[in-house]
Amino acid sequence: MIRVRGLVKTFGNTVALQDVDLDVAEGEFLTVVGANGAGKTTLIRVLATLSRSTAGEVRIGGLDPARDAITIRRRIGVVSHQPLLYGDLSAVENLTFYGRMYDVPALPCRIGELLDLVGLSARRNDAVRTFSQGMRQRLAIARAFLHDPAILLLDEPFSGLDQQATAMLGQMLGNPGPGRERTVVVTTHDLERGLGMGDRLAVLARGQIVYQACRDELDLARLRAIYQSVSTL
Amino acid sequence: MNYLRKVWTIVWKDLLTELRSREMIASMLVFALLVLFIFNFAFELRVEQVTAVAPGVLWVTFIFAGMLGLSRAFVMEKDQGCWDGLLLSPVDRSVLYFGKMLSNVLFMLIVEAIALPAFVVLFNLPFPPLLPVVVFLSTIGFAAVGTLFSAMTVHVRAREVLLPVLLFPVVVPVIIAAVKLTAGLLDGLPLGEMGHWLRLLVAFDIIFLAVACMTFDYVVEE
Repeated sequence: MIRVRGLVKTFGNTVALQDVDLDVAEGEFLTVVGANGAGKTTLIRVLATLSRSTAGEVRIGGLDPARDAITIRRRIGVVSHQPLLYGDLSAVENLTFYGRMYDVPALPCRIGELLDLVGLSARRNDAVRTFSQGMRQRLAIARAFLHDPAILLLDEPFSGLDQQATAMLGQMLGNPGPGRERTVVVTTHDLERGLGMGDRLAVLARGQIVYQACRDELDLARLRAIYQSVSTL
Repeated sequence: MNYLRKVWTIVWKDLLTELRSREMIASMLVFALLVLFIFNFAFELRVEQVTAVAPGVLWVTFIFAGMLGLSRAFVMEKDQGCWDGLLLSPVDRSVLYFGKMLSNVLFMLIVEAIALPAFVVLFNLPFPPLLPVVVFLSTIGFAAVGTLFSAMTVHVRAREVLLPVLLFPVVVPVIIAAVKLTAGLLDGLPLGEMGHWLRLLVAFDIIFLAVACMTFDYVVEE
């Protein structure tokens, strides 16, 4: 589903990603862990077609982001550091705007369903600027799921979420619906949380994937040791 | 049809946001009325032939008021962290351009619709029926280039300075044509005598809409 070969991304003289190779199969859940500045956000931005790679090959569902960006964007849902929500609009208006941009069928029903799911039904007509950070993050998650994307790219999605919302997100990620498979890439700096979800885990350090393993092959102590060794290299 | 629906969705969102925040139109309108009032007061004391300077006053007012709106057009998206949300939409980049451009045109036209009667009353001038057409065409030309440059400078720290520096030299033909046409209309000249200015305005609108539409993708590329 996602195939990355020799990906390089530079900003001037700064190398954000260097020779990254990554494969995520259809329906697979990959967790990318890395410290601040490791390149997690840049990786998600490149995969989300928000940033063009400097070198290397990126294929999302077999498509080239440079040529088929619109088709790719239709298939992906993104949660980033910013909630991508308009503060002066209500929760429903925000979702209506994005739903119309994505041609979501039966939009009012879908919005109601998602607001119920993220626990914001009671605040559906309130301006987003009156929401707490956690509530904004919940709405951002609803926005990412709005068009029922086949691929989810989540950059530190748990920031600001309380325990209940974290469990809700975990459930949403793990339950794509009957007969559906969803490919998920999640980045986090939290090793414990990273290990607690997904099928496979990759460690990103200084712009490079330095370690990859199936979740079953790892425990927290081992992951910590690996993380420590690559972080201090 | 779907293309136009997406363009309208962006305009709808901008209108709704503006209706709630009342940031852009209010500041543009107050600025425009203040400039008209100050010029009127200054010229009443010193200038004998007000009609000679009135077209210039009108367009200085409109262009500077429009600049206030343009400089905020993409900054509001960026400040609210919604710029990426727009870029993630599965639409051609030109949809984003036309959506934002039409919002800018609409905001400017609302301000102009209020400022134009105020200008006519303050300067005690006739109201030529074709003046709104000139205002409309000039606003499109100004917003067509302005929206593109506004997107170009949104990530620049000194964007408030850079935007007018980039924009004004390019829109000089629009400003000259608008001033000449306004002067001619106020003097009661027939449209036939000013046809070349009108053609310049229409040509500018078409060319820059096409150029901006084709280049917007590169402008917003990271």
